[in-house]
Order: sequence, then C-alpha cells, then structure tokens
Amino acid sequence: MYRRRFLTETSLFLGAGLGLGAGLAALPARLALAAAPTDRRLVLLLLRGGLDGLHAVVPYEDPQYRALRPTLALPPPGEAGGVLDLDGDFGLHPALGPLRTLYGRGELAVLPAATTAYRDRSHFDGQNLLENGSGKAFGARDGWLNRAVAALGEGGAAGEQARLGLALGPAVPLILRGDGGVQTWSDSRLPEVSEDFLKRLAKVYASDPAFEAALAQARGAPTPEIDGMGGRRRPFGDGDLVLSARAAADLLKRPDGPRVAVMESQGWDTHFDQGRRLDALLGDISAALVALRDGLGPAWRHTAVLVVSEFGRTAAENGSRGTDHGIGGLALLAGGNLRGGRVLGDWPGLAKRNLYEGRDLQPVNAYEDLFAAALVDHLGLAPDVVDRFVLPSGRADRRLSGLFA
Amino acid sequence: MKSIETFIAVNRFGLGPAPGEADRAARDPRGWVRNQTRLPAVPLQSTTSLRDAATIGASFHTARMSGGEGLMKSIRAAYRSDFMTALSARTEHQLTTDRPFGERMVRFWFNHFTVSTSKRFIGPMIPAYEREAIRPHVFGRFSDLLRAATRHPVMLTYLDNQLSMGDGSRAGRFRTRRQGVDTTINENHAREILELHTLGVNGGYTQKDVMELARALTGWTHGGIRLGPDRRSVHGEFEFNAGFHEPGTRTVLGKRYPDGGPEQGEAILDDLARHPETANFLATKLVRHFVADDPPAADVAALAAIYRDTDGDLGAVSRGLVDLPSVWAEPLPKVKDHEELVISALRVTGSTQARARDLAVPLQELGQAPFSAPSPAGWGDRADDWLGPEALLRRVEWLRQLAATLPSSLVPARFLEDVLGPVTGEPLRTWVERAPSPDAALALVLASPAFQRR
Repeated sequence: MYRRRFLTETSLFLGAGLGLGAGLAALPARLALAAAPTDRRLVLLLLRGGLDGLHAVVPYEDPQYRALRPTLALPPPGEAGGVLDLDGDFGLHPALGPLRTLYGRGELAVLPAATTAYRDRSHFDGQNLLENGSGKAFGARDGWLNRAVAALGEGGAAGEQARLGLALGPAVPLILRGDGGVQTWSDSRLPEVSEDFLKRLAKVYASDPAFEAALAQARGAPTPEIDGMGGRRRPFGDGDLVLSARAAADLLKRPDGPRVAVMESQGWDTHFDQGRRLDALLGDISAALVALRDGLGPAWRHTAVLVVSEFGRTAAENGSRGTDHGIGGLALLAGGNLRGGRVLGDWPGLAKRNLYEGRDLQPVNAYEDLFAAALVDHLGLAPDVVDRFVLPSGRADRRLSGLFA
Repeated sequence: MKSIETFIAVNRFGLGPAPGEADRAARDPRGWVRNQTRLPAVPLQSTTSLRDAATIGASFHTARMSGGEGLMKSIRAAYRSDFMTALSARTEHQLTTDRPFGERMVRFWFNHFTVSTSKRFIGPMIPAYEREAIRPHVFGRFSDLLRAATRHPVMLTYLDNQLSMGDGSRAGRFRTRRQGVDTTINENHAREILELHTLGVNGGYTQKDVMELARALTGWTHGGIRLGPDRRSVHGEFEFNAGFHEPGTRTVLGKRYPDGGPEQGEAILDDLARHPETANFLATKLVRHFVADDPPAADVAALAAIYRDTDGDLGAVSRGLVDLPSVWAEPLPKVKDHEELVISALRVTGSTQARARDLAVPLQELGQAPFSAPSPAGWGDRADDWLGPEALLRRVEWLRQLAATLPSSLVPARFLEDVLGPVTGEPLRTWVERAPSPDAALALVLASPAFQRR
C-alpha cells in the first residue's frame, strides 16, 4: 500500500523536518499494482535561475528577434559564430553544437515557449512549483519525481524501491524529496569512515528517525566507477556537471540501478553580461548530455533526458546586456527513446502584441504536458496514477503525444 | 552542563559551548542571552588590517582599466589575500567571542541579505560587506539594516542595480539612442527587496510595484561606473548618480513618492521596513530559525507585534525571541546547517585559532562554501536542507577526522557531560562508553544527533 507521499497544503504543518510520516489518504489498492520497475531511465536536469530560452534555441527567422536583442542576438546560420540551424526557423546556440548531431539522429528535440503553470516571476516560488508538482508554490512538500519513484517501486520486489531515485550532489533537491527511495552521489575529498564506526553510529541514531533514515540510505548507496577522474578527486561544484553526468550514467546503466536521476546546474539568472555567461553554461549542458549518452552506452536507447528551468526571461534584453525574469521558457529533450529531430509545440512569435504582458515570450506550451508524457509514455506509469498521485498539476490526457518510442 | 535551559541558551542562541561558557550561562541562561542584545556591536578584531569594500572595489576598477586580464588577476589576488584573511579573522571571532548570540544574528541577517561568491567579482568584498552593512545593525533598527544592505556597493552589484538607468534619465536616453536598446532599467534588485528582504513573496505587491521601486532606485550605484557622459573618479563607495536616475513621482503600494534624489528610494525603503507584511515575514523567518521548521503561528504573531510596536527594533525583537515559551520547550528541534556544525564543533573542542582553510575546506566538501549561497534567497533553514544522506555522511566523515586530531586531554565522558549534558540520553551514553578508542568516542559525541541538532 501507499503510505502518504503527497502532502497537501493542509497537512503541511503536521510534520516537522524530515520523515513527515503523518498518515494521510491512501490511494485505491488497484493503483498500487499499476506500475512495474522498468528498464526505462529518466534524467531531469534542472537549470536554476531561469534559462533564457531565446538565447539557447534561437528563433533566428523571427522578424522581431534582432530588434529585441540589439547586443545579445546571435548571427544566423552560416555566419561566423552563427546558430546551428534546426528547422529553418530555429537554430541552436553554437555552444550546444554537439547536440546538433543528436538532433539529426532524432535524439534531441526542443520545446520553445514552454513553462509550468506558474505566472509570476519569483525564482523560489517558480522552482517550488516546478518541483513539487502540485500546481502551487507551497502545495506539497515532496517532489513529483519522488512520487514517480515511489509509484515505480510499488510494483517491484521489496527493497528495490530504495534504489530507484538518484540525486547528484550533496543535497536532495525538492523534486526528489519524499518517501520514495533516493540515493545521492557527489564527489568528496574527505576520508572515508570505517564500517565499524558507521555501525556504532547507526546504533546511536536509533533514537532519531531522521538521522537513522539518512544514514541508512547513505550506507546503502552504491558507488559509481568513473573514468578520467585522475588521481585527485575534485570537489563538487558547478563546473562538475560532466562528472555528475558520468556518475549518473554509471549508476543508471546497471540492471539493478536507479531509474530516475536529477542533476542541477546553477547560475542561469543572467541579468548581466548574459552572452559570456551563457557561452560557458550552455557548453556545460552540452558536454553533460554527451557524457550521459556516452556513459549509458546501450542503455541510452531506454533513456529520456529533460532539461528544464523555473521560467524564462524577458523577450527584450535589459540595460546590462542581460535579460530579466520572464514567463515563457524552453525545454530541451534528449535520449535514445525519444522521437526527436523536431521543434515541438506551438510558437507564438515575438511580435509585441503576442508577448505575455507585453514583455515575455508567451508560454503557449506547458511543461506539465511534457512531464505527463515522460511519466506515462516513457516510464510507463498509468495515467490515473500520474493524475492523482504523481503530478496533480498536470493532466495525463493532455500529454504531448508521440514523443517516445 | 546541568540544565536543559543552559543547553538551549548556548546552542540555540549561541554557537555551541566554548570551554567554560556553559558555566557562565548557567546562573541565568535567559539573562545571559538577553544581555548580549544590549551590548554595543563588537567590531571584528584582526591582527592584520582588513581592507574595506570600497578600497577593494576601487582596486578592481583600476585594474579593469588595463583590460580583462588585469581585472581577473586582481580578483584572484584579492581572493587569496582579502577574502582569506577576513574569513580567518571572522572564524576566530566566532570561536572566541563571549557574545555568540550577536554572531548568530550576524549569520542570520547576512543570510537574509545574502550576497554570494557566485558573482566572482564581488567575492573578495563579501566579508567586508558583512562587517560594514550587517554587523553594526543586528540589534539596531531594521530600517537601518535594510538601508545599509541595499545601498552597499556589494549588494548593488550582486543584484545588478549599479548599471540600472531610468529610461528617461540622461544616461538611459543616451544609451537607447546609441545602442538601440528598449529599456535600460534592471529590475532585479527591486524585486528581491520586495520578495526576499521586506514584504515576502505573498506580501501583496505587483509587477508594477517592482518596476516603480526599480525606477526609484535607478542611480543607486557606486563610484567607478564610467558609462555614458559621466566621467567620475574611481572609488568603490556608494554614489547616487543623478544622470542614471529616472525623473518623476513614483507610486509603490498605492503611495506616491515625490521626485527627488536618493531620498525617494530611501523613503520607500523606510515604508517597506514599517509595513505589517514585513513584520510578519521577518517574524516567520526568525521563528523558523529559533523555534521550529514549521513556525507556530502564535509565536510569529507575538514577534511580529513586537516588531510593529517598536518600529522594527531588532534588539527588542531578539529579546522577544527569548521570551517565547516555545523556544525553551524542546531542546533539539532544529538541525544545524553545515557552517554552524563546523563552527560549533571547533568551539566545543576548544579551538581558538583558525586558518581560513580550516573552515573553507570542510565547507567546500559539504557543499556550503563560505559566502556562496546558491541564490539571493540565501541558504535554507529546514532540516531537509541539511540532512540529505550524502551530506550526513560527509558531516560524519569530517567530524570523525576532526576527532582524530583532538588532544588527549579531552576525556570522552567529561566531554559528553560538558557539551551535551542533560540531552545526552540513550543509546548515545552507552555507545560512547563502549567506544574502542577515545577519539572514536569523541567522534560519536560530535556525530550524534544531539550535537548535530540544536
């Protein structure tokens, strides 16, 4: 049976800290049998700060583009430093160059003018809403991918559930927090502690459920084998997205490994000097996706990757060669299980009358429809489980169709 | 340590009991906390002189004249010298101070008005920002704190206000003509003031209020900005640049503010500091920090009332925290963040000197490098933010390593009594007694939930 995993607003104040175990409404028993562990892998890369979609996937043919972006606009395809054409209208930022090959093979797709149901401009509310999947900034205290992990694990053998979620980095982000089993990995230079000491410590932790659970999870986590780390291990940080991707790939490809992984990248809030900063950040993303594909090997065929951000940015650049918080953003999709090579969804255009509140790209495409497609058509969860339990902010019957093989 | 009340005083309000501190607090734990709010702010002592933010900033602007490479070299050098020296001085101060409540409040308010090394350029100036804008005001008026943080060049740069120009300002019109940009305003700082520093995200403001505040704050910059027709000497101090300022009356939250120089923005900030939503927002954060992850509504209301009644006197508000019965009801409701864990572990084991790396290296590994909050919202203040499995394992690894370096004069049974005393409980006591070596026993004390909580 499901224990409580989706905390509603009213129950928010029942628990304190971790292990909010207050028992709430259980789901009907038949739903518990709807999902089975899968060979499918889902990776979500969360870009914190608000990605400027227009700078990553450029609508170079849009007549307003250059006028809105006098210093930031990228040259059209074929010119020096120009974008890499996708479909005659849109082009990839040159730093995403390696992904153009994936696009040609049908392993990359883009969804422009997309975001969650959030229509304001706070990073933190926007991220909360994106991660908790409730449709409200504080509608739930666990994350929708954690609930997906729980739903996947529910159909499997006992004990398997503990390994299905994977967070890359020392902390578990909200989107993966909850009762579903999650392991974490990050690189460390601190000396390992002896098994004997950890056993003793586990006895001490018996009096504190939150510490006990966290330690048990940490001890149970398998270790990835990563090539190319050299003798000295590097500290975890923003520059280590590729290292995280390699670790994620090594764990995900294992038959008994996790199936849902979350990676995070910071620094996308480019109010200032955006061109230079995004050159570097987009290069990281590109390298990380390539590292995932290379590391997953044959398992890439069963993989889907979603790259999302809490919102987009203003259509026009601001006074500091940057852009401010805006609504319509972008999703990048990759993976061997993707029917890609396409620009997905609708395109509202950049004409002033079509902008959201006269300033932002109109969010005509919904992240929720993308997420629901990944949950149902890729991970194989039943639509009613997704609607009621995993992603109440979405509607499975409106999911983007034909995305996955 | 004998009483739970003493334990709470030195841990929840302090930074963990330095040797002998619990005895001093034990006579009157609440008075020991309260008295610290009435003493004048202690400046940070350092054997090496620390450069102020303006001096460091001016050196960057001078270096910039020689090109990007010169600027990068200058920033790297300042990280090695200014940043590390100041970090070491600050750490020593936190380890040795006899007014740890003030230090906790410096950490709290710094986090509220976060700036971060995620913007490389400001990193070396951040410890100076803390000394100049935060430290003097933690038991003063919130309006003074708000104004000092908002107009500090480090904050103005972190939130991109330093180049924000009114569309109708002299410099803005010049740029629009020359570069063809649509707007020259940057609303980032104004938004974060409303959302994170004063009213809170549900505080009832609109996008229009954000823009109006942003217009009022145009021209709040620092010397060394040399765009457009203005040619000024290079200095890193706050400067109101009239050429950047958007002329005209502004309306924020329905109130009109007449045209003026910096006074226009200051008047808005003063009203924001006085706003009841600000009182609620600040009270909620304080109660979350001192009482529980989910702040009890009654405590928030009580604290917000004190804030309103005293016109935002943070000394009175801090004493109000001491008067909350729920603060004294539970000894261990909160999980320490990584920095607090490291500082308290060094304090209780008697460290009085610290090299910057003693703090920076473990915190880098733990994912909370000093002054590096991932966003303007600062670090989270809930157990979930700090108690991930990987994070816990690293805390344990670092504490185990620390325990192995401690002098043999630290006797585990005594250490347990001095540090955790009345909250020790089972099974910790038994497993400390059964530990295979003294350093393993000390490590068990430090890695116990009781020590990792407060």
